[in-house]
Amino acid sequence: MSYIKKPSARNPSLQPNKLGLTVRDYEGAMSTLCAGCGHDSITAAITRAFFELDVAPHMVAKLSGIGCSSKTPTYFLSGAHGFNSAHGRMPAILTGASAANRGLIYIGVSGDGDSLSIGLGQMSHAIRRNVDALYVIENNGVYGLTKGQFSASADPGSRSKYGEQNTQQAIDPVMLALSLGATFVARSFSGDKTQLVPILKAALSHRGFALVDVISPCVTFNDHEGSTKSYRYTRKNQAPIVEADYVPPAVEITAEYDDGADIEIAMHDGSTVRFTKVPEGYDPTDRDAVTLFLRERQSEGSIPTGLLFLDPEGNEMHVANHTVAAPLASLGHKVLCPGSAALDALQKSYR
Amino acid sequence: MLRKPLEEEGSEGHRSIGREASERTGPEQELVLVNDFAFKLANVNGTGSASANGLLMQAIFRMGIPVSGKNLFPSNIQGLPTWYEIRVNKDGFTARTARYDLMVAMNAETYAQDIDEVRPGGWVLYDSSWPLAKSLLRSDLTFLGVPYAKLCIEHFSEARERTLMKNIVYVGTLAALLDIDMDVVQTMLSEKFAAKPKLMTSNAKAIRLGYEYAKAHFECPLPIRLETLDANADKILITGNAATALGAVYAGATVAAWYPITPSTSVLDAFKEFCEEYRVDAETGERRYCILQAEDELAAIGMVIGAAWNGARSFTATSGPGISLMTELVGLAYYAEIPAVIVDVQRVGPSTGMPTRTQQGDILLCAYASHGDTKHILLFPANPAECFQFAVRAFDLAERFQTPVFILSDLDIGMNDWVVPHLTWDDGYRPDRGRVLSKEEIEALPKFHRYSPEDEHGVAARTLPGTSAKGAFFTRGSGHNKLGGYTELPDEYQEVMDRLSRKHAAARNAVPAAVIQTRPDATFGVVTVGSCDLAVREALAELASNGLHGDYLRVRAFPFGPEVESFLRTHDRMFIVEQNRDGQLRSLLTLETGVRKDQLYSVLAYGGLPLQASQVVASIVHQIRETEKVVKA
Repeated sequence: MSYIKKPSARNPSLQPNKLGLTVRDYEGAMSTLCAGCGHDSITAAITRAFFELDVAPHMVAKLSGIGCSSKTPTYFLSGAHGFNSAHGRMPAILTGASAANRGLIYIGVSGDGDSLSIGLGQMSHAIRRNVDALYVIENNGVYGLTKGQFSASADPGSRSKYGEQNTQQAIDPVMLALSLGATFVARSFSGDKTQLVPILKAALSHRGFALVDVISPCVTFNDHEGSTKSYRYTRKNQAPIVEADYVPPAVEITAEYDDGADIEIAMHDGSTVRFTKVPEGYDPTDRDAVTLFLRERQSEGSIPTGLLFLDPEGNEMHVANHTVAAPLASLGHKVLCPGSAALDALQKSYR
Repeated sequence: MLRKPLEEEGSEGHRSIGREASERTGPEQELVLVNDFAFKLANVNGTGSASANGLLMQAIFRMGIPVSGKNLFPSNIQGLPTWYEIRVNKDGFTARTARYDLMVAMNAETYAQDIDEVRPGGWVLYDSSWPLAKSLLRSDLTFLGVPYAKLCIEHFSEARERTLMKNIVYVGTLAALLDIDMDVVQTMLSEKFAAKPKLMTSNAKAIRLGYEYAKAHFECPLPIRLETLDANADKILITGNAATALGAVYAGATVAAWYPITPSTSVLDAFKEFCEEYRVDAETGERRYCILQAEDELAAIGMVIGAAWNGARSFTATSGPGISLMTELVGLAYYAEIPAVIVDVQRVGPSTGMPTRTQQGDILLCAYASHGDTKHILLFPANPAECFQFAVRAFDLAERFQTPVFILSDLDIGMNDWVVPHLTWDDGYRPDRGRVLSKEEIEALPKFHRYSPEDEHGVAARTLPGTSAKGAFFTRGSGHNKLGGYTELPDEYQEVMDRLSRKHAAARNAVPAAVIQTRPDATFGVVTVGSCDLAVREALAELASNGLHGDYLRVRAFPFGPEVESFLRTHDRMFIVEQNRDGQLRSLLTLETGVRKDQLYSVLAYGGLPLQASQVVASIVHQIRETEKVVKA
C-alpha cells in the first residue's frame, strides 16, 4: 500500500553520496510484505547498491510483473518511474522500454512464479536478446499471494507447508540462463547482504542482461522443515564459491589479497569486477566450465552462490542493433520523417 | 441491352455496370469489350507465377486503365493451386468480380473447376503441350492452346528457367491477345532487370516467344481488349501493408515489435525496408529505429507498451490470432493509459481459420479487447491510401488519448496491389504527442499526480522516465485512484473508470469522419466498412440504374462520430454490408448508438474472398422484395 508514508525525519548523521543524496533518497514506500520476508532484505540491498553507485534516481526505470516480489519496486527509489505490469510479461515491457531509451538504467524485479512459469518464455528471450538490464529473481519456491502452491523452482522432494511433497523437477534459473547465453549470471541469498550488494553493483555496471537469482525465503508459506528454500536450509547449504568485489571507475586497486590468483574483469563503464577467493581452476568467463562446476556442486546438495559467470564482451541489444547513441524516444520528428520530397521520389517506384 | 434484370440470388447472372456494346464484329456479332473485362490466372503455387501476374497488372496500370489484381493464394509454400484475378474497368469499378471473360489455365489439376468458371462466350488459354481431356471442353468457350512447356524446353536450357519462363511466355501471349502495349512491357522489364542483364535477355526472349506465337496462331486481339487511357496519371500501385508501414515511418515511429503472421508480415518487411532507406545514418551506419521480432504476440504488444511508456512512438502488426493473444496487455495499456498502435490485418477466423483469405471478423474483438470494461479506438481504412493516412492518425490519437488504437485493415487491402491516388505529405505536420510534461513543467507543479487533473477530453498529463524525480510515478494495472495510488476503494476506482469512459467518448470528434454520399431519391441507406467500399459503391450504382436509390455511409472509425448517429437517425431502413458471419458492425452500431435493431438489415459475405458488387446487389434486392411481400400480405 504505497500511500503509507515513512516518517519524514532524517538522521543527520547519514552520509551523502557523490550526488549529495543519502541512502534515504533511494528508498521508497513502506513495505506491505510479511514481517521477515526475504524480499525486504533484497529491497534494502538494491537501495544500497544504487546509493553506492551514485545513480540519479530519476535515471532508473524499475519494472516488475505480478506477485509478492513484483510489489517491491514500490519500496525503493521513489524518484524513479516504476511499472508494475502484468504476470510474466515484464521482460517484454522492459525490452520495449530499453528499445525506446537506452540512456536509462533498468531494473526488472520478478519472482519464481513470474519468471519461471508464466513468464519463462519472455525471460528466456530477454536473455537471448541481451537486454541491458539488471534482472532480479526473488526466488522462494512458492506462490505466496495465492497461499502456498509449489512454484517451478521448488526442488523435487521438498514439502509444502501442508505436507504435500513436490514430485516435479525444478527449473533452475542459473543453469537456464547459462544455457541461453546470459552474459552475467549470479546467485545469492537474501540473508547475505555482504555478498548481494557488490553483486548488484556489478550487475548494474554490466552492459547486457544481468541475471541475479536470489534465494529469498517466504516466512509465511515456505520456511518450514522439509522446505529447501527456508532460511535454515539455505543458511546450511549455501556455499559462496566466489567472492566478487565491485571496484568503481577511477578507483585504483590498491588492496592486496593473499589468497592467490585473483581475476579482474574490466567493465564497459570503467569499473572493475575483481574475483577473489575463487576455487582453484575456476574461470568465471568460461561458460562450459562454470556450468559443469555448478552441476557437480548442486548434485552434492550444495547451493553455490556468488557472481558465477560474466562475459563483458557480449553485445547488448542496442549494440547488436547498431542503434544510435541518443535515446530513440528523444529523436525529433524532423530527424525521423523523410518529408514530402522523399515521398514523391519514392512513389516513382510505385508506378 | 446486355444487362439482365436484377437477379435475386448468386452472382451468375450479374454483369458489371459500365459495360456496353461499343462495337460489333463478325457474323456472330460478338461483343467487343474495351477496358471492361476480367480474367483469372490459375497457377501452381511456388512456380514463379506471382511476379508474372504482377507484371501483367502493372502493365495495364501503366496503360492508364483502372485495374485491380487479387491474389487468391493457399496457405502453402509450394505445390497447391493458386489464382490471380485481374479486372479492368474504365469507370473505375474494380472490386472483385467472379465473372471471368478469360481463364489462363496453367494448372492441370484445377482445369475442370477453372474452365467451369468462365462465362459463356469466354476464352480459355491453356498449355497445349499435352492434349486437353475431351470432357473438359465446353462448346460455348473458345480454347486457345499454346505449347508453353514445349516452347520453354526448346528455347531455354536450364531446368529452373524452363519452369519460370513459362509464366513470362504467357504474359507475352496475353499481351498479343489483350493488346497490352509492348513498349510498356519492355520498359518494365528493363527497369526490373536493370542490374541483371542475363535475366533481362531471357525474360525479353520469353515475352517475345509468347507474343509471336499468339500473333501467328490466333486472331489478335480478342474482343476483350485494352486501349490506353489516362486514368492513372496521379496514381500509384501499392499494397496496404506497404502504405501502413510508410505511414508509420512518416509518423515518426521508432520501435516496432511483432511476431510473423500472415497476412501482416509484409507490414514489418516494408517498415524495415523504409527504415533502411530513411533512418540509417549515412556516416555512422547507426539506426534510428529498433525492430524487435518478438517470441510471440504476448511479447510483441508488451514491447510496444514498454516503448510507448518510455516516450517512443511504437507499433505492432498482426492478425486475428495475434490480437487474441494481445488482449491481456491491451487491457493494461487501456487502464494504465499508455499509447499503443496495433495494426490488425484481418484474415479468416475463428482459430487458425483460413490464413490466406480475407474477412472483417475482428471488429467486436478489437472494440472491446480485454477483460473488464474496456473500449478502444478503431480505425478502418478502405484502401492503401487510407492505410497511409490512418497510420499517421493512429499515432496522434494514441498519444492524444493515451490509449491503444487499432488499425483494422484486411488481407485484401494489405496484400494486394491497389491503384490509389498519389500519397501526399504536408511538411507542416507536427506529431500530436498528447499531454507530456517537460522537466520545467514538472518542476513548476506543487506536486505531480499521474491521473489528475484531466482536460476536456478526460486526459491527464503523463511524464516520461528519465525526466525528473518529481515527475516519477508508479504505473500499474492494478486498481488505482486519480492520483495514481493503489486503491481498492469503490469510489476511487469508479472515478477513474468513469473518466476512461468519457475519454473514449471524447475521441468520437477526433477520429476520421465517416464518408457519406447521398442521392436525391434515396429510399434506404447502405452502411459499410473498410474494403467493402468499392463493391458497395458499384452495387449502389447498379441498383440506382435499376431504380433503387440508396444513400451511402462508410464508417471509418470507432467510436462513431456524430455524422454516423445522424445518418442512422435519418434513415428508416439501412443495409449493413460487412465481411463476417455475425454482422459485427451491425452489432456495434446497435450497442453504441441509438439506432433500433430492426432498422438494420445485414448484407454479409464471409467466405474469405474479396466482396463482389453482385453479392451486395443480390442481397439488397432480395431483402427489399421480402419486405415488400410482408407489406403486401
